[in-house]
Amino acid sequence: MDKDYLKRQNRAPIAEALEDYTSERVVPFDVPGHKHGRGNPELTEFLGERTMMLDVNSMKPLDNLCHPVSVIKEAEELAAEAFGARAAFFMVGGTTSSVQAMVFTVAARGDKIIVPRNVHRSVINAMVLCGAVPVYVDPGAHEQLGIALGMTPAAVEEAIAENPDAKAVFLNNPTYYGICSDLAGIVKLAHAHGMQVVVDEAHGTHLSFSDRLPVSAMSAGADMAAVSMHKSGGSLTQSAFLLVGGKTSDASGNDEGGEAAVNRAPQIDPAYVRQIINLTQTTSGSYLFLSSLDLSRKRLALHGKELFDKVIDMAEYARDEINNIGGYYAIGSELINGADIYDFDKTKLVIHTLPVGLAGIEVYDLLRDEYDIQMEFGDFGNCLAYLSVGDRIRDLERLVGALSEIRRHFGKEPLVSLPNSYIAPVVVLSPQEAFYADTEHVGFDSSVGRISAESIMCYPPGIPVLAPGERITEEVLEYLRFAQEKGCQITGAEDSSLQTIRVVK
Amino acid sequence: MDLWFSEFHTPSVKLAIQVSRQLYSGRSDFQQIDVFESPEFGRFLTLDGYMMLTQKDEFIYHEMMAHVPMCVHPDVRKVLVIGAGDGGVVRELVQYDCIEHIDVVEIDEEVVRIAKEYLPFTACGFDDPRVECHFEDGLKYVRHHENEYDLILVDSTDPFGPGEGLFTKEFYGNCYTALKEDGIMVNQNESPFYANDARAMQRAHKRIHTNFPICRVYQAHIPTYPSGHWLFGFASKKYHPVRDMRAAAWKELGIETKYYNTNLHRGAFALPNYVQKLLEAMEELPNNDTTNTLGGKS
Repeated sequence: MDKDYLKRQNRAPIAEALEDYTSERVVPFDVPGHKHGRGNPELTEFLGERTMMLDVNSMKPLDNLCHPVSVIKEAEELAAEAFGARAAFFMVGGTTSSVQAMVFTVAARGDKIIVPRNVHRSVINAMVLCGAVPVYVDPGAHEQLGIALGMTPAAVEEAIAENPDAKAVFLNNPTYYGICSDLAGIVKLAHAHGMQVVVDEAHGTHLSFSDRLPVSAMSAGADMAAVSMHKSGGSLTQSAFLLVGGKTSDASGNDEGGEAAVNRAPQIDPAYVRQIINLTQTTSGSYLFLSSLDLSRKRLALHGKELFDKVIDMAEYARDEINNIGGYYAIGSELINGADIYDFDKTKLVIHTLPVGLAGIEVYDLLRDEYDIQMEFGDFGNCLAYLSVGDRIRDLERLVGALSEIRRHFGKEPLVSLPNSYIAPVVVLSPQEAFYADTEHVGFDSSVGRISAESIMCYPPGIPVLAPGERITEEVLEYLRFAQEKGCQITGAEDSSLQTIRVVK
Repeated sequence: MDLWFSEFHTPSVKLAIQVSRQLYSGRSDFQQIDVFESPEFGRFLTLDGYMMLTQKDEFIYHEMMAHVPMCVHPDVRKVLVIGAGDGGVVRELVQYDCIEHIDVVEIDEEVVRIAKEYLPFTACGFDDPRVECHFEDGLKYVRHHENEYDLILVDSTDPFGPGEGLFTKEFYGNCYTALKEDGIMVNQNESPFYANDARAMQRAHKRIHTNFPICRVYQAHIPTYPSGHWLFGFASKKYHPVRDMRAAAWKELGIETKYYNTNLHRGAFALPNYVQKLLEAMEELPNNDTTNTLGGKS
């Protein structure tokens, strides 16, 4: 970090340009039509005058999101510097738009991408749009907790060996539950085989700003990362960054360890990424989102370390207190095993609830309905509190207090997690082919051999059992029937009772 | 000099007290603390601009919080006081010889320091050797104690700001656990008069009602609090606040009070109709239904 880093990062070019704009009292004969809020008094009262004043469109002093040349360009360069990236893009369509842009950048129709089976829906949806083909890797699952874990380098290596023509490897860093794969190891492996690495860092914005957390995609040498600035970074919902990393010039350099780490993957061209983004992104990007990204980046660059130190300390404190209640298990770094739990994001407060006799979703509901505490989500065995820059210790006291009360009032005999078993999918058609194919409904029990047009997910552990384009096998059928009997929640299917299933004609 | 402290009691009603001088103004880690001297009310303490106590009327609040449960429970040995950084409640409690130990849990150490310096008429309670102060979040403290206290007094500020956690269902539930099997909890229960205070009063009552088998409300008149009509909650595992009061035994103690007496004790539980109605509306059984659907995003 050079001495001018803090000085540079102390700027927020988009926010500053907006400040100038509002002080110039420009007469607006352009869109938006509410004209600084005057045209919609009720909305202005609701959102506040300042918000409406800042809701403006691209113009000369405010740059243009599609082809940035001034303040947005500067802001993107500052964001790239803050995240240690080669280039950064301001995204206003949620992290989903960043994920889409990554898929579109690395793969065209028919190209393969190696992905963990528990990949987010948005990745498969992106493949429906561009025609890429997934190659799935078993992320493994934790027996007691009933959650999907991370891909091991060995599993990725196997997938690479079987699919040497794959273009890229896709990873989550971390998962919703804070589980990290050996990202650096997988990057090295993929690059050696000429494959690019793109990373869904929707739950890992903060990783770039603390040395007490798992490695970030950019530090690990990944080629692209989708960063949900609005999740742990403090910007407005729907705003995100897309980062481009990877090698700069030396195509066959050695890494610092002296071990040969040849990067045979093609370098990603930011200008091409801009074209990809412009295929789907709005031409009227909201300046509320853009300025929120700009100011949040500034805050993280200047204060990220101490902010996330505080978040980590709060999470560790809450973990200890929750584990002291008895019954509950707030998971932590003790799970790290060097393989499918290569690292753990300590800001994630995942609470395993089955030992108090309650499903995670029951605790989630009780906290909200009885104690006015809103959790991020609950699944069968766990519920998750999302901690970030806005949390306070006194609110955590409420959470811990409420959990102890829930145990006292509603606790029962311990439950055990439902069965996990991974079924290797047989991909016959690409998600795109399956999505657009003619389909019909058939009886579920007589569907063996057909190609599914539906996506069927099973909680726990939240891993798809079938995705569009996959062969329905005897094994799939048996597993789903078994899971259904055991009380797993089946989601995604049109007929959730699994009497019928939609298949390709 | 025409210097006034004023506090909005609703967006369109305010109380103003002429100030002769400001004795202290400072910001702690938790809140803004101010102490003023006034011709009418003597010294008074405000937190974040809200009136906490005045020298002239604090006796009403503190006596009503301490003596009501003390006249009911036959054998109070261990007491937990939450909030109460000014010491007024403790000053009332230390008059009882039967009490062996008083734990005071105040989140803001600065309040105690300021009270000791500027409000000796309430802070004198802290001098008693039976009193032990803990500077931490009351919600956290109480969670770590089980079946330990005969009496818990919740002398909280308001259901916003640092005192927020002391109005929650989990807090009252944790208090229940910290009490012995015949324990009593008394809390500051807001006011029934102005709409916003009344809502807070109802919420607190509902949350206590779901946690304690006996849950009654009593009133007092406190001129410097919004509307002057203030409520306390009496929550108990065993003793009824009126039927189980021991008037004769209490009188024998010979404790001198300015506001409280045993007739007033009885009368304080007789509430105006509109207040009863507000409270009864909260006493229907809570809805514990939970839907078994996936929450949040998946």
